[in-house]
Amino acid sequence: MSLFKEFTKGFVKENPLFVLVLGTCPSLAITTSASNAIGMGAAVIFVLTMSNIFISLLKKFIPDKVRIPAFIVIIATFVTIVDLVMHAFTPDLYSSLGVFIPLIVVNCIILGRAEAFAQKNTVLSSTLDGLGMGIGYTLAIFAIASIREILGNGSFFNMKFVSPEASTILIFIMPPGAFLTFGYLMVVINKLKAKFN
Amino acid sequence: MDIVNIIILALLVNNIVLAQFLGICPFLGVSQKTSTSIGMGAAVVFVMALANLVTYLVYFFILEPLHIEFMITITFILVIAALVQIVEIILKKASPSLYQALGIYLPLITTNCAVLGAAILAITKNYSLIQSLVYATSTALGFTLALVLMAGIREQLELTGIPKAMKGFPIALVTAGLLSLAFMGFAGLVK
Repeated sequence: MSLFKEFTKGFVKENPLFVLVLGTCPSLAITTSASNAIGMGAAVIFVLTMSNIFISLLKKFIPDKVRIPAFIVIIATFVTIVDLVMHAFTPDLYSSLGVFIPLIVVNCIILGRAEAFAQKNTVLSSTLDGLGMGIGYTLAIFAIASIREILGNGSFFNMKFVSPEASTILIFIMPPGAFLTFGYLMVVINKLKAKFN
Repeated sequence: MDIVNIIILALLVNNIVLAQFLGICPFLGVSQKTSTSIGMGAAVVFVMALANLVTYLVYFFILEPLHIEFMITITFILVIAALVQIVEIILKKASPSLYQALGIYLPLITTNCAVLGAAILAITKNYSLIQSLVYATSTALGFTLALVLMAGIREQLELTGIPKAMKGFPIALVTAGLLSLAFMGFAGLVK
């Protein structure tokens, strides 16, 4: 497969969230506003790319039997870096993402890509895979978050476009709205896939 | 009163799956049949209570005295992974029948974010050891409750005519949304 395909496959065709259904927990929990989604997406792109790079660099040195703990240590290191950086520079974002920053460690996308891709491929293609998958994930959570924020809060990137006394569809900002938005978006994607294949 | 509050909050009001979105992967993955969902639930109750006990001790007797609280993510995930392995080995030797029942679910638990999530949340909420244990047990029971309810509904859904595009994950997510809507009725049960 060409390098360009390696990079773009995560956008739609193998979208980690809508097609592979990996990493569902944070995508439901933090998608209450578009800016949260971008923050989470950036964190995932960083951790995914860096851990892919390091795992593909170290693939010859990690014994097969202990590869999962080794991967987890590498991933947890980068998650800790993100955690500390976000705490220092974007305190508002840090408090609204809360426990879901440390939980990037157990986000199945990252371990999944390490196991399925980075440990078998070259550094360059693993980097592109990490970047592409991370961007695909960000696009997916951005889509969910935009729908939820616009319908549920009447705002976009925290800018209100309805009058303060207007009533919005509050359910979208609450937990049930997350499940419903995600579920119906997946239906739309399944429909589109069936149409174009 | 305090303990009762923690139990009701963790079990119903802030249900770990339906209100806090932790452990969604096993919630969607292992909720096809009621019998397997009970097995998974039992394994989670066991591991989560044990994991909270151990991570609590590790945090307050190792990380805090050494002032390396920022290592919380790395240590906790390693402790949990090691713990799951140890539990698996001991169960295999000591109680083969229990191992038969829980065995296949144990490896899945390492990647269950509910376990790591509950361990970290118990630290950030400043719980005491007893409170932390109660919190972990009732959170895990809340997880089991949601899982078993979901499995019951999905068994019925198998028999109905669902549009092709909604089969599998989409219908499960919509069902979870309605369940979560029902659980919102518990809000206000305790302050």
